[in-house]
Amino acid sequence: MSTATEHQNLDARVPDGPIDQKWTRCKNEMKLVSPNNKRKYDIIVVGTGLAGASAAASLGELGYNVKAFCYQDSPRRAHSIAAQGGINAAKNYPNDGDSVWRLFYDTVKGGDFRARESNVYRLAEVSGNIIDQCVAQGVPFAREYGGTLANRTFGGAQVSRTFYCRGQTGQQLLLGAYSALMRQVAAGKVELFPRREMLDLVVVEGNARGIVCRNMVTGEIETHAAHAVLLCTGGYGNAYYLSTNAKGCNVTAAWRCHKRGAYFANPCYTQIHPTCIPVKGAYQSKLTLMSESLRNDGRVWVPKDVNDSRPPSEIPEEDRDYYLERRYPAFGNMVPRDVASRAAKERCDAGFGVGETGLAVYLDFKLAIAEQGRDAIEAKYGNLFHMYKKITDEDPYQVPMRIYPAVHYAMGGLWVDYHLESTVPGLFVLGEANFSDHGANRLGASALMQGLADGYFVAPYTVGHHLASRSLSSVTTAHPKFKEIAVEARNRIERLLSVNGNRTTDDIHRQLGQIMWDNCGMARNAQGLAAAIEQIRNLRDEFWQNVKILGTGEELNQSLEHAGRLADFLEFGELLAQDALHREESCGGHFREEHQTEDNEARRDDEHFCYAAAWEFQGDDTDEKLHKEPLRFNEVELTTRSYK
Amino acid sequence: MTNPAKKRLSLHLRIWRQSRTDEAGEFRDYQLQDISPDMSFLEMLDILNQQLIEQGEAPVAFDHDCREGICGTCGMMINGQAHGPDHETTTCQLHMRHFNDGDTIIIEPWRARAFPVLRDLIVNRSAFDRIIQAGGYVSIKTGQAPEGNANLIPQQHQEGSLDAAACIGCGACVAACKNASAMLFTAAKVSHFVQLPQGAPERTKRVLAMINQHDEEGFGACTNTSECEAACPAAVSVSHIARLNREYLKAMLTATD
Repeated sequence: MSTATEHQNLDARVPDGPIDQKWTRCKNEMKLVSPNNKRKYDIIVVGTGLAGASAAASLGELGYNVKAFCYQDSPRRAHSIAAQGGINAAKNYPNDGDSVWRLFYDTVKGGDFRARESNVYRLAEVSGNIIDQCVAQGVPFAREYGGTLANRTFGGAQVSRTFYCRGQTGQQLLLGAYSALMRQVAAGKVELFPRREMLDLVVVEGNARGIVCRNMVTGEIETHAAHAVLLCTGGYGNAYYLSTNAKGCNVTAAWRCHKRGAYFANPCYTQIHPTCIPVKGAYQSKLTLMSESLRNDGRVWVPKDVNDSRPPSEIPEEDRDYYLERRYPAFGNMVPRDVASRAAKERCDAGFGVGETGLAVYLDFKLAIAEQGRDAIEAKYGNLFHMYKKITDEDPYQVPMRIYPAVHYAMGGLWVDYHLESTVPGLFVLGEANFSDHGANRLGASALMQGLADGYFVAPYTVGHHLASRSLSSVTTAHPKFKEIAVEARNRIERLLSVNGNRTTDDIHRQLGQIMWDNCGMARNAQGLAAAIEQIRNLRDEFWQNVKILGTGEELNQSLEHAGRLADFLEFGELLAQDALHREESCGGHFREEHQTEDNEARRDDEHFCYAAAWEFQGDDTDEKLHKEPLRFNEVELTTRSYK
Repeated sequence: MTNPAKKRLSLHLRIWRQSRTDEAGEFRDYQLQDISPDMSFLEMLDILNQQLIEQGEAPVAFDHDCREGICGTCGMMINGQAHGPDHETTTCQLHMRHFNDGDTIIIEPWRARAFPVLRDLIVNRSAFDRIIQAGGYVSIKTGQAPEGNANLIPQQHQEGSLDAAACIGCGACVAACKNASAMLFTAAKVSHFVQLPQGAPERTKRVLAMINQHDEEGFGACTNTSECEAACPAAVSVSHIARLNREYLKAMLTATD
């Protein structure tokens, strides 16, 4: 695919002024909706993870009429719930030198200088409020004996700023946001629509004015109108089939919005998390993360001798290669995720990998258990060790864990400006679904922070400004546009059901995943990416000619749900590969083999690629158009990222 | 080291099939061969479903999402036990190494009046959301929060609270209970808040409203048989029900409205 590249300035609406005044200034200048008028506005929130639940609850509290949609049977099940390790905030409780500026700096550097400075600063600025809010909701964060909040360290930082609830922080934060949401449901300010799949966005007179969704129990195609649509639908990791995402996570809502005019930014920035339980067999349906927090106490190693086949307990210290401590003495086992993942791949590719497949490294707690005692380790990571044992049938208190990198998080997402508004006015994108804060690599414990920052402290202001500053005509679902798009959605379902071929959705999805993992994984090159684009196109044709879906559209039909999502992954995957192909540099999670230093570190090209790549949909089977948002670093000097 | 002694399994499955809520269901029998003991239970069902689709029979519908034991979406009765034979385990974290070659496995949905079957093994658990809506929250708006360390919370209270808040809302407690009571679920939320200062202002109102909603949903009463605790994948203890009972009694005596 040859890409038409055009320089067009996307207006990110970043306020002028010093970076620590921008958000204050933005809030001061935004228009307000008066309390009595809020009830005249309807807002749709799609997705009920940290971003969606917090936004829906906060907007309901303000007095708007909110409709909240999720594909799960309850909003409490969104995949934010699976986040383990913690949430960052610049509270500086440990008195170890943290500050808003330092959290901002670490996040910009951790993202390999590919995020928008102003957004990241705001994120750091509101991080403390998030902790206060969650504590007030009754989130039982870990405490010191004196009753104050406890912290631990996460990758890419030299301070302890991570707040946590054992290894289930995401669960507790989501239940906090969910409880706030349930309170608004009880108050009549939020109406819940569980088991709904968003199938399309309705744009009227240039503004996002509603959605088309499918009731996953009855199969009914429903239309909903509103004055603003908030997309909080998470990431696209399941394009790789095997990932740490929940099985239902998908790109459909974001992709459908993309096809209605929302630019998709930096889709090639995919995070491969270094510490996951390795793949075991061809039947594998998903991968399970072992929290990054484990690297606080676990040491990563492989044998020094390629041919060492002894069990780990029999390999003495002098024969072990603690390769992260060796290569990165300053950060050791706490290097950022992209660095740790590539280092594991490098050792395994060189033949030092362990386990049956040779695609694993050890994560060893022997020293930590000897020094701190088993009880202390159990208190910090008990549920993670429990989970590891359930899956592998091995006891990590006795033998080292075996881990390998796996697809985990999408830094890329729909392009948004400083208001979190996409290129479709009235369509806001929050949390993992947007591209804004993590650049080319996300630091651990920052996803929860971003989801809640967007939902609690950014969108409630900026959505109000949209409502107050634009004249929106009266639109209901009786508008012909709703009917037109609902018919399109129905036809698409009919088309899927009418293929009646020979291959299951699972089978085709696995094949897509293999293409993505082999060519768009931890290391990429031009040849592989070009081949991937070709293979994805062929597989897309194969899908539309040979997929087999039983049943009808008018019933609970999980194969049909999967097929709809897969159809969109088969389009999206090509854009991901295209973006990776065009970005002729290595940065963060995007590692191009052609662009590396002599000691295999990523080589960035700031002269040519210091921009966010925002792709505009031009029509099916037509090249997407590239728009560039230049990234300007006024506060943080562009340097080569080093953790040595 | 993954139990090499165990060979691959042949299984006889008896699975509840029901096409919709208002239609009668029935058990149907299926055979599966060559199942790896390292597979998860849901991966075993994935394989069955691939076979069924290839044969032109509708795949078995079952709820699942995170497949790592935390979202609470999955859940089925396996040989009469909620989430199957392994202790403190969701169905997605149950592995086939807990079964033997030649076993018959009977798989049913959660059975409770308050959890109507939607299809096959999928039930509607919205009643749980409504119990939370009745009072499972602290009434605080975004932006109203005091400084996080303004309230000191003794570590044992925080830990005790988290033990209760660990509930994943899967419904196994209801399915395991002969009365189909959701008392463990309700108690977990009451106990979560009652051990924290944040929960204090609404403690009376909360427990009364949540119990009232619990009963309205059609869940049964608790008769202290503790089957719920035995089935709970998140290790939520029945001691939280005892705490709920104390709270409820206190509330009945002191409620002013």
